Amino acid sequence: MKASLTKKICIYLGALLLATVIAVPVLWLFIMSISSSTHLTTLPLQWWPDEPTFENYRSLLVFAENSPSASFLYGIRNSIIIAFCATGLSIIAAIPAAYSFSRLPGPRRKNLLYAVIAIFMLPPVAIVLPLYTVMSALGLLNTHFALIIVYCSILLPFTTWLLKSNFDTIPGDLDEAPIIDGANRLQAIWYVILPIARPALGAAVMMAVLLAWDEFFYGLLFTNDIRAKTITVAIADLAAGRVADYGLISAAGILAAVPPVVLAFFMQKTLVSGLASGSVKG
Amino acid sequence: MISYRKTVTAWLLLTPMIVIIVGVSGYPLIKTIYYSLTGAKLIAPDVTSIFVGLDNYARALSSSKFLEAIWHTTYFAVISVGAEMVIGVLVALLLNEAFAGRTLLRAMLILPLALPTVVNAMMWRLIYNPDFGALNALLVQIGMLDAYRSWLGDPATALDMVILADVWKNFPLVALIALAALQTVPKDLYEAATLDGAGVWNRFWRITLPAILGPLSVALVLRTIEAFKVFDIVYVMTRGGPASSTKTVSFYVYQEAFAYMRVGSGASYALIVVLISACLIAGYMYLIRKQGEV
Repeated sequence: MKASLTKKICIYLGALLLATVIAVPVLWLFIMSISSSTHLTTLPLQWWPDEPTFENYRSLLVFAENSPSASFLYGIRNSIIIAFCATGLSIIAAIPAAYSFSRLPGPRRKNLLYAVIAIFMLPPVAIVLPLYTVMSALGLLNTHFALIIVYCSILLPFTTWLLKSNFDTIPGDLDEAPIIDGANRLQAIWYVILPIARPALGAAVMMAVLLAWDEFFYGLLFTNDIRAKTITVAIADLAAGRVADYGLISAAGILAAVPPVVLAFFMQKTLVSGLASGSVKG
Repeated sequence: MISYRKTVTAWLLLTPMIVIIVGVSGYPLIKTIYYSLTGAKLIAPDVTSIFVGLDNYARALSSSKFLEAIWHTTYFAVISVGAEMVIGVLVALLLNEAFAGRTLLRAMLILPLALPTVVNAMMWRLIYNPDFGALNALLVQIGMLDAYRSWLGDPATALDMVILADVWKNFPLVALIALAALQTVPKDLYEAATLDGAGVWNRFWRITLPAILGPLSVALVLRTIEAFKVFDIVYVMTRGGPASSTKTVSFYVYQEAFAYMRVGSGASYALIVVLISACLIAGYMYLIRKQGEV
């Protein structure tokens, strides 16, 4: 009895500690974002602004030429375009590939699958130099197109693998039946597999968008102004700026985090099972 | 005949993926190997390149700065992944217990994970700020520190502070993976062990750990591969400084190729990184094959 009470206390203390560790840094980022820059540079530091203000958010969200708002809003726009196009392109190529790996296996294709997974894990520095010189020679630096193509090197192996593991769980008879009746493979994928795999497809799209939204290395190297800079690059620029307005930087961070955080919470179950699928036997 | 048609169909369905992967990864990787054997410069790399054989590699492996970057990366990987594993498992054990607020707490784990890496780096950079940062303010106000410190400006602490920021973001990944594995362990196993007189410690080592070891080892290798690539967080928090104390290999390659424009030697550094990663990736492949994932 006494032991179980001690255990209970330990559990709640642990839970409290964990909640604090997770929440406090983000909460502080939010408090900074609603503080004025003079308030944040007053010593000793106060933990709550005298006059909370959403001025930082306003100055980011109301467009003005050559201001932080321009690079921020263009960054959001560019990231949305690039993340969705790269995800779309990857999914279109990944669906037939995943089907082929799952339903029409062969020893050489199995090795190919391993190669695809290995490529997904390669450090980007392994391929960035030729990609840069090719994009530069083709005049594609600082375009959405360049990043859409390059992001496929991350998203395509990942989505192929994710979809393949899911297709494996769909009984084979389901798509063999229409094929015996004379349908072709693409029809079987479209009419039989995809409707069943819709949740997995949703998870793959979401994870791919999250990966693309988070990408920084290629974005940094392949873009140089607001026409193509992604939101991560815009944030890094802002954080490294000469005029350090901590409140403004924090507000930009909060805003850039909102889409992925909302998406992840919204699809918590799929995200967790997606993460686990790479590590727990499905 | 039918099996021949099946093989053709199989490869046809793979074609779009193969074309894209060869274009964006396969060909560039081979070209990197070629560059690494030349003295190519970033401006007009193909015109000015001179074949230099293995010179770049010889120079890389005898460069104390590059070896230092490998050491920083190894240190970063070992400490951050080690801490993430220990904290992750502890958190998973906690969340495997029944208590009020457990669902909420598990949902909170998503927050650091979903926060963009660059935003995480920027957030901690602000917290560590030497003049106005919250960490200094907190430690001084509760009396644990006499005067403000430059956490990221001091070579003695910079890398550890970057690691702390990385651990905060990534321990939830390990926790969620470990938790998913823990939930597959049958409860009566613990009850039986308790009846047999096994203590908490014994139950952890004999039942819990063996049950989650498989997924956990995959998480370990996966995180280590990621840690060896580390770039974003270093770029935003310290740009490799102070005094190169946080310069990791990815950052080193980035500087060599894009700041000093030396594509040839940059490529040779990159391939040494690839070689190290390849060993880890091979380990990962071995683990997932053993567990029958693919």
